[in-house]
Amino acid sequence: MNNFQYKKEITVTTALEAVNSNENAAFIAGGTNIIDLWKYNITNPELLVDINGIDELRTIQELEDGGVRLGALVKNAATAYHPVIEKKYPLLSKAILAGASAQIRNMATDGGNLLQRTRCYYFYDPDVPCNKRVPGSGCPALNGRNRMHAILGNSEHCIAVFPSDMCVALAALEAVVNVMGPNGSRSIPFAEFHRLPGDMPHLDNTLQQDEMITSIDLPSNHLYKHYTYLKLRDRHSYAFALVSVAAAFEMDGNEIKKARIALGGVAHKPWRNTEAEEFLKGKTATADNFLIAAENVLFGAQGRGENDFKIPLARRAIVRACMMALNPETQRPGAGPSL
Amino acid sequence: MRSSPLWSIMLTVNRKDYELEILPWVSLLDALRDRLKLTGTKKGCDHGQCGACTVICDGQRILSCLSLAVMKNGSEITTIEGVANGSELHPLQKAFIEHDAFQCGYCTPGQICSALGMLTEGKAQTREEVKELMSGNLCRCGANAGIIDAIMEVKKGGDHE
Ligand SMILES: Cc1cc2nc3c(=O)[nH]c(=O)nc-3n(C[C@H](O)[C@H](O)[C@H](O)COP(=O)(O)OP(=O)(O)OC[C@H]3O[C@@H](n4cnc5c(N)ncnc54)[C@H](O)[C@@H]3O)c2cc1C
Ligand code: FES
Ligand code: FES
Repeated sequence: MNNFQYKKEITVTTALEAVNSNENAAFIAGGTNIIDLWKYNITNPELLVDINGIDELRTIQELEDGGVRLGALVKNAATAYHPVIEKKYPLLSKAILAGASAQIRNMATDGGNLLQRTRCYYFYDPDVPCNKRVPGSGCPALNGRNRMHAILGNSEHCIAVFPSDMCVALAALEAVVNVMGPNGSRSIPFAEFHRLPGDMPHLDNTLQQDEMITSIDLPSNHLYKHYTYLKLRDRHSYAFALVSVAAAFEMDGNEIKKARIALGGVAHKPWRNTEAEEFLKGKTATADNFLIAAENVLFGAQGRGENDFKIPLARRAIVRACMMALNPETQRPGAGPSL
Repeated sequence: MRSSPLWSIMLTVNRKDYELEILPWVSLLDALRDRLKLTGTKKGCDHGQCGACTVICDGQRILSCLSLAVMKNGSEITTIEGVANGSELHPLQKAFIEHDAFQCGYCTPGQICSALGMLTEGKAQTREEVKELMSGNLCRCGANAGIIDAIMEVKKGGDHE
């Protein structure tokens, strides 16, 4: 645990200048991830730039096209319980509320949630190698304890999973991440925000070192009637997902007009397979069709031993989540993840 | 860059104002316990995993171990020491005693502050929902059933099963 300098900035421009003045500087928003990592000696910032005073990033705004913009500093709890989100994007509310604890959701910000690091045990132990923490040092999880690790999109350099629940819903909703850097702003489609490990597992996402997330846009859609977020974990609450599924449909009677399926806990990023979604289009909503879609989503899945169980678990979880999404009873407030 | 690493901050804790000179890496938890000598708030894991350090900050339950004191400059904080009204225990405190909602008592300050925050949020109606929204507070003595009983008793208009 190192000592660090602290600076509070109240505009995006000055916060970017501050963080770009020192290559070991970092933003701090809710602090729930960076303080934890600092205490474990996994991250050693020389300067923390507190962005909580940037008021323009603290609002939820309805957009003219029917979409919604989440400011990067809006708290996870405030997002989940916001009346507009509950109405237009209940899948997002449900996914957020499946994550962490009430106290942490009161602290964590929407921008920070996208940037949380993996919970891989080797990443969290500074005394062992880890390609994500120390590039080139190796990956003990490949042939070690890998019960929580990835089954999709792996490389021989890293099998860590990205742990966010909120981001699984954002992937299914095709959110867009708005960022600001020294050279202006750009918008990143959600599917391109997080990345697969490849030979650079130290990079979790495509945000540049000198950029800040300013907001997340949710495009207008009709996925608020038939949806669910199913999270499977070692205990009923307050644990990270082993496998999670965000499923949402637009239906015409029993016919699927549009399908979205995203998985958490299985890869280095929220996992989507648009082919499986295309397959379901125009099909009748039956367990058999969902099983074909599930096989499609899991195409190429590979276990590394302890995590082999995740493949059948994910297959069944997809089918069950899709069935749940059709059933309004599972969507009443407070409904548990069961049928 | 500033020459002195010390920051002057003001915290209102249990309705009393405190001025502090503080290093930026001191957690709110350590500031409360070591500087203000308010040792009712407990350090369980120091990593956000147990809820023992829960306090109410500007009306919301948060974890003081993952908060930097310097970032709470100007905030209003309630700890377990500020929950009773003088010598009159808060109804939740009375209910905890009545329902045997503790054994060692280490998790209790965090449980009570968290329950206060949950009641203010008003999102839990049923016992199942109370359990879910109290899941950030672990009790290693296993007094959970009594804890939920105590909260359900205080909660008005809820479904008491
Ligand atoms: C015990 C525990 C259990 C948890 N369980 C879950 C769970 O089940 N599911 C789940 O999804 N999450 C879980 N979490 C993780 C939690 O959701 C994240 O820690 C949180 O969302 C991070 O947000 P923050 O605002 O606190 O980020 P911070 O810790 O403030 O920041 C995280 C990172 O993002 C950077 N950053 C922050 N904001 C910006 C910005 N606007 N632009 C650029 N960079 C920025 C920081 O520099 C830092 O590197 C858990 C956390 C804990 C401690
Ligand atoms: S001490 Fe803060 S959560 Fe355990
Ligand atoms: S009473 Fe001992 S930890 Fe809860």
